[in-house]
Amino acid sequence: MHELSLMEQTLAIALEHAQREGACHIHQLTMRVGALSGVVPDALRFAFDVLTRGTMAEGAQLTIESVPIVARCARCDREFEAADLLGECPGCGETATELRQGRELELASLEVS
Amino acid sequence: MCEHCGCGQPGEAHGHAGHDHHEHNHEHPHDHPHPHPDPHPGPAGPDRRTVVVQEGILAKNDRLAERNRGYFLAKGVFVLNLLSSPGSGKTSLIERMAADLGGRLRLGVVVGDLATDNDARRLQAAGVPAIQITTGTVCHLDAEMVAGAVARLPLDQVDILVIENVGNLVCPAAFDLGEDMRVVLMSVTEGEDKPLKYPTIFRDAGVVLLTKTDIAEAAGFDRDAALRNIRRAAPGAVILEVSARTGQGMPAWYEALDTARAGHASGRA
Repeated sequence: MHELSLMEQTLAIALEHAQREGACHIHQLTMRVGALSGVVPDALRFAFDVLTRGTMAEGAQLTIESVPIVARCARCDREFEAADLLGECPGCGETATELRQGRELELASLEVS
Repeated sequence: MCEHCGCGQPGEAHGHAGHDHHEHNHEHPHDHPHPHPDPHPGPAGPDRRTVVVQEGILAKNDRLAERNRGYFLAKGVFVLNLLSSPGSGKTSLIERMAADLGGRLRLGVVVGDLATDNDARRLQAAGVPAIQITTGTVCHLDAEMVAGAVARLPLDQVDILVIENVGNLVCPAAFDLGEDMRVVLMSVTEGEDKPLKYPTIFRDAGVVLLTKTDIAEAAGFDRDAALRNIRRAAPGAVILEVSARTGQGMPAWYEALDTARAGHASGRA
């Protein structure tokens, strides 16, 4: 359940940006969550509902964009999308050691007024 | 009507960009701290706008972890982040290390648990300066907690700082603490496929220690399968088999530690 502390961080970043914008309400938050970020979207949503109560983001919509794992095979020099961390190169079957994408965990944008 | 300052002027009648209308009295200063991309959308269109953020959620932790790393480097302390599920033998390993290395290397420990200071007391009894972090309901240590704890350790008298993370194979993986090396422990009683079930935490391990090897036979442990799975999940890790109870395999671990410390020291010079 580290989603709770991650959501606390997310909201702190969101509030900071919204205040800098002079906004009174946050209507929507868009997050990008990589398949390897170790974060469960449902747990993020649960934490979001709990933590936004009484804040300017209360009632806001949380959009979670999932980012698939992309690895590179050092042997064949090809990039491929993998289902999990143990993804094997479709060319040679080697377990890919180099990750190009999939660890993302970021607040992408807000909609405010 | 102007919705921004409440001045009662028609929306189109005055511009807020220049703020050059002063025929009427304002109760408040006329400085808007925010940009006006669409200053007067009118009553029908709410002033709803998109703010691009693109900020990593862990950016703050990562910054604090880098600060820790710089501090440890300046103090000449080599730092291990010990990760495993509960009961894999993290505390026993540290006790053994303190007993074996006591003559030549000084250990310091920061240990995280949800509750009790049992582990810190166990280690203090073994003569190791240890600070307990009780996290309450938090399932991992973060860089800020570590910074607070090490402030209470005599770091000038420590060569190796061991951070014993909360027993958990999921959450601590995401939090950089400023360590030089991640050490993941897996005991022979845990099931040989554990690395495949929790690949994220194994992925970044510098060393994987297979612990409690003295009871491997009684546990019906399939060594070959375990080593194969660890290698698959942690392709870059050094894999060592140890028993903190008998001391078997511990010298190889100390050698690996010396090698890593030597690399660290040359990086500093």
